[in-house]
Amino acid sequence: MNNNNLLEIKNLTIQYKTDNGLVHAVNDLSLSLEKGESLGLVGETGAGKTTTALGIMNLVPDPPGIIVGGEIQFEGRDLLKLNKQDMRKVRGEKISMVFQDPMTSLNPVMTVGKQIAESISIHESLSRKEAERRAVDVLEMVGIPGERFNEYPHQFSGGMRQRVVIAIALACRPDLLIADEPTTALDVTIQAQVLDLISNLKNEQQTSLILITHDLGVVAEICEKVAIMYAGRLVEYGTLGDIYNHTRHPYSIGLFSSIPSVDGDEKRLTPIPGLMPDPINLPEGCSFWPRCNRATEECKKAVPALTESEPGHWVRCFHAGLEGSSYKNDASNKNETSKQDDTSKKNDASRKGPQTHAEYADTESACKFLGSLVSE
Amino acid sequence: MSTLLEVRDLKKYFKTPSGTVHAVDGVNFSIEEGKTLGVVGESGCGKSTLGRTVIRLLQPTAGTIIYDGRDISSPSKEELKVLRREMQMIFQDPFSSLNPRMTVKDTILEPMEIHRLYDGDRTKQSEAVLNLMDTVGLARRLANSYPHELDGGRRQRIGIARALALDPRFIVCDEPVSALDVSIQAQILNLMQDLQEEKNLTYIFITHDLSVVKHISDIICVMYLGQIVEMCPSKTLFKQQYHPYSQALLSAIPYPKVGVKRKRILLRGEISSPIDPKPICRFATRCPHAKPICFKEEPTLVRVEDQHYAACHLQKESQPYELPFPEDTVEIENK
Repeated sequence: MNNNNLLEIKNLTIQYKTDNGLVHAVNDLSLSLEKGESLGLVGETGAGKTTTALGIMNLVPDPPGIIVGGEIQFEGRDLLKLNKQDMRKVRGEKISMVFQDPMTSLNPVMTVGKQIAESISIHESLSRKEAERRAVDVLEMVGIPGERFNEYPHQFSGGMRQRVVIAIALACRPDLLIADEPTTALDVTIQAQVLDLISNLKNEQQTSLILITHDLGVVAEICEKVAIMYAGRLVEYGTLGDIYNHTRHPYSIGLFSSIPSVDGDEKRLTPIPGLMPDPINLPEGCSFWPRCNRATEECKKAVPALTESEPGHWVRCFHAGLEGSSYKNDASNKNETSKQDDTSKKNDASRKGPQTHAEYADTESACKFLGSLVSE
Repeated sequence: MSTLLEVRDLKKYFKTPSGTVHAVDGVNFSIEEGKTLGVVGESGCGKSTLGRTVIRLLQPTAGTIIYDGRDISSPSKEELKVLRREMQMIFQDPFSSLNPRMTVKDTILEPMEIHRLYDGDRTKQSEAVLNLMDTVGLARRLANSYPHELDGGRRQRIGIARALALDPRFIVCDEPVSALDVSIQAQILNLMQDLQEEKNLTYIFITHDLSVVKHISDIICVMYLGQIVEMCPSKTLFKQQYHPYSQALLSAIPYPKVGVKRKRILLRGEISSPIDPKPICRFATRCPHAKPICFKEEPTLVRVEDQHYAACHLQKESQPYELPFPEDTVEIENK
């Protein structure tokens, strides 16, 4: 295990028990985050991004949610084994979270200043005066004049409210900030202000960041590492450069080609055919195969392991653009899927070095062809 | 090509206890048949009100709307009913714009019943519904499903099928893909483009997503506080903007690319209130280039270039902002 790791998630599995069946929200997820690093967790609705975040905070609503297995190592402790009291100390002080909707995550009958001071006085034994003074500082840090301390959330606009939520999250200088779609409810110009704020604070306070979003543009702005999730599994993980310039997983490629580009000139988009599978009824094998243009018999039978295609770049696909020898390598691994996911980086000499774009020129054209066939 | 819709000095005000909201305040534009006009702006800029007023879901406070050579600003009930066959709307939220107690088939059938299409022949109407479902890519087996059984993408397809039921010429699309995931969004955008080509439809496409609006529109209007601040062909807008607001708006789009270096214009503050605005430039309080004149006079939309209009006192002084284009991007080496 890498000593620089602040957070290490191993084989996390979270399910929801519903009347319709068992929802496999997060399946065997492994991730690690170094100190001061920022990770973008990307995926579409239902990919399990928020559940993962709630899992880290140990806030998965129970019932119906259950953390079936796995470990979450944070500063040498397994968060899943902590008792309620200890976990409360971690939340807010060590790890805090910014929720998507600033309208509903603030208490409407409490002034914003009190809400910030509350989280400070819970974690630090300060006098009320002292806590309030600190709250004013935090408020100013996120760009809100201290005079607005005694105002209520409804007196603030959306962007300001999100700043207040960020101020609460940062009040105790946490080591890890989890931001769940922090800018989705905001307009672009306000989004730009908030992103600017988050990345400045991250740099000043050396806070590690997990940014959950569906917007690949936002990730490119402030993250160093990217993890792409699909149907509760990590399908691709690597640095920004790995994911954006050397995309390997067919789902990630599909995501990129679905976004209309601002500087390009494409006439038609190439969407991913089909729909996200029902998490109650995940297809056997790789959960992406019904929508995948590379799918073979192999994909329908076994879940591919997360394998390192280049140092630090992990892909969960049997056909990740590797050549013959590596294909076989993957195939022989297919029965021992669970242990393979460990993201601790082993240097595998047998792996090929970086592959170029030329390799998936074919795939992309195939993608386009498939896209044109899509009816439903 | 002929002009299908022309809007002149359109105004829509709402009276509220705290004053008059100038939701749409003196908007002019025209659309040619078979083209798409994109309307972008942030929440509260009046883009949805504009769409609803144009299609006559709202009565304009002032101004004229000329559709296919006819003035439709104050039509009679009968005229309005005829108009409804030609003008339709696709709504943003596929969850609340469908009646939860009506099946897919009933939803698409209802407009045909109201307008007595096919002389009220039920079998012909049902056949037409199934054909429409094919057109928008909904499996026929879903005809008797209820909206709650379907996902967002499929529901939006129902909304599109319903809008197409009367074979309209003109459709106002109010954020039709904003509630959808990107992979589904791309499917719906492609569908809308195909339908436009096939049926020569004219769209007003309202959205806050600049990359989507660029992709689908022929002409783009940028709106700010009820007014059009810049209007030009979509490709031109992304190369050069004359209004400081458009410049800031475009610089704020997060790029899904690595290694792109660009200047970002951060605006101070937030959109100001549309209640009883003063007759000055509405953007002046947030504008990085504001000069005294901006606080005295209201700018009008003037031609700054061929097919390019902007409403700014300073368009000659403010530097046209340039977006990074592929040749400027720096490829980051994979470590």
